[in-house]
Amino acid sequence: MRIFLIFFISLLATAAGTAPLSAQDQAISLSGSVMHEMVSVDASGKEVTELVEPNTIVPGDRLIFGTDYNNGSDEAVDNFVVTNPLPPAVRLAPDADTTLIVSVDGGKSFGTLSQLSVMAEDGGSRPADQADVTHVRWTLPSVAPGESGRLEYPAIIR
Amino acid sequence: MTKAPFRLALAPLAIAAALITTPAHAGGVKAGTLIENTASATYDGGAGPVTIPSNTITVKVDELLDVTVTSRDSGPVSAAPGSAVLTFELTNTGNGPEAYTLTANPAVAGNDFDTTVNGIAVDTNGNGVYDPGVDQMLTGPATTAAIAADASLTVFVLVTIPGGVADGDQSDVSLLAEAVTGTGAPGTAFAGQGAGGGNAIVGSTGANATATGSLSVGITDVDLIKSATVRDPFGGTGIVPGATITYAIRAEVRGSGSVSDLVVTDAAPADTTYVAGSLKLDGATLTDAADADAGRFGTSGISVDLGTVSGGSSRTVTFQVTID
Repeated sequence: MRIFLIFFISLLATAAGTAPLSAQDQAISLSGSVMHEMVSVDASGKEVTELVEPNTIVPGDRLIFGTDYNNGSDEAVDNFVVTNPLPPAVRLAPDADTTLIVSVDGGKSFGTLSQLSVMAEDGGSRPADQADVTHVRWTLPSVAPGESGRLEYPAIIR
Repeated sequence: MTKAPFRLALAPLAIAAALITTPAHAGGVKAGTLIENTASATYDGGAGPVTIPSNTITVKVDELLDVTVTSRDSGPVSAAPGSAVLTFELTNTGNGPEAYTLTANPAVAGNDFDTTVNGIAVDTNGNGVYDPGVDQMLTGPATTAAIAADASLTVFVLVTIPGGVADGDQSDVSLLAEAVTGTGAPGTAFAGQGAGGGNAIVGSTGANATATGSLSVGITDVDLIKSATVRDPFGGTGIVPGATITYAIRAEVRGSGSVSDLVVTDAAPADTTYVAGSLKLDGATLTDAADADAGRFGTSGISVDLGTVSGGSSRTVTFQVTID
């Protein structure tokens, strides 16, 4: 509990100043990354999927956005919720995990995609699809001391 | 995983839908667009919830080089020896502004004859029709200005049809457009040459496209065949005073084209008098007055305006005179 108090104070301190939060101040740290998933055909005609640095990317390309978390403290972190707004230039990939918790209304409400709907062109309601997703969210009940992991979602450049 | 709150609130959903429904673009997001991804986490701190951000990952969208070209002529352009214009539309289906080099090829396999290409012009005033002196000629090598992503440009290929061609002869002219940045197999990359500061990469079209326009020679002739039948007052065919002569003038249009403003005129011969109200076109009576219908009778005789008549059809004008 003490570490959280210390942390809270440091949070207040940084809120008063303009210095960004650094990982050392936190019980848990986040690190984002992105890779370009390329499918190519090898000499034997088999499709090969490989993750490369996103050096050259164009509309239609597939990106894997990842967030690594690491609980560097000696206390468990509870109700750990990671929220990732989708950049406007991408859409959630059609083959994204169907159990992924998403929002289609700018982060106001969340659910699996099949639970959500959006307004259709004709003013009625239609089931939401991957292109409607504005946020993805992961909820971990608890992250043990020293535990780390990676959360990722696939996206297609619009 | 905890059950996420879910509500089917229509009003906020409606707003969200309006915000995220962006029009679909063929070329996708623009070259140079930055894709910035930042996650954030919240968790229970000792004194309440704590929110922490991740670092922001930024990648830049590169330029996709793509193009399509289509013929804008509804069919073969009807032509005769002399000049003709073929119309094409070029669309930048990539995602960044790109200029294209245009090459017209008049020697297409299967041509009955080949035209001479005089130049390529851009539809400067955007009216879809070539206007000499208004629409800008592209100078060799013919290269367009940069065309915005998803935008189209109408271009004209100006050709000369040689003498000696026959009615019905066909000739194709192809127009090739190539992205100035480069062309090649899909996936070919040009480092640092993309619009917006990134790379350029060849898309599925190979960054080049070709379309073909067609010319069809329509040489059209008009034959006029005049015949006369006589009926005398006694029921015979004697050419005597009081006899009525019915003249029929048949206009036959031959060839694959059409003629426009075809006007048939004739005068009553000397010593005859036109029979008022006897003028007919294909059996239908025309008034003698100069009015809305095609025919009229005046001091110089009859006149029937047939307008545009296509090859392979004929029209027949009849009128009567009496012998004085």
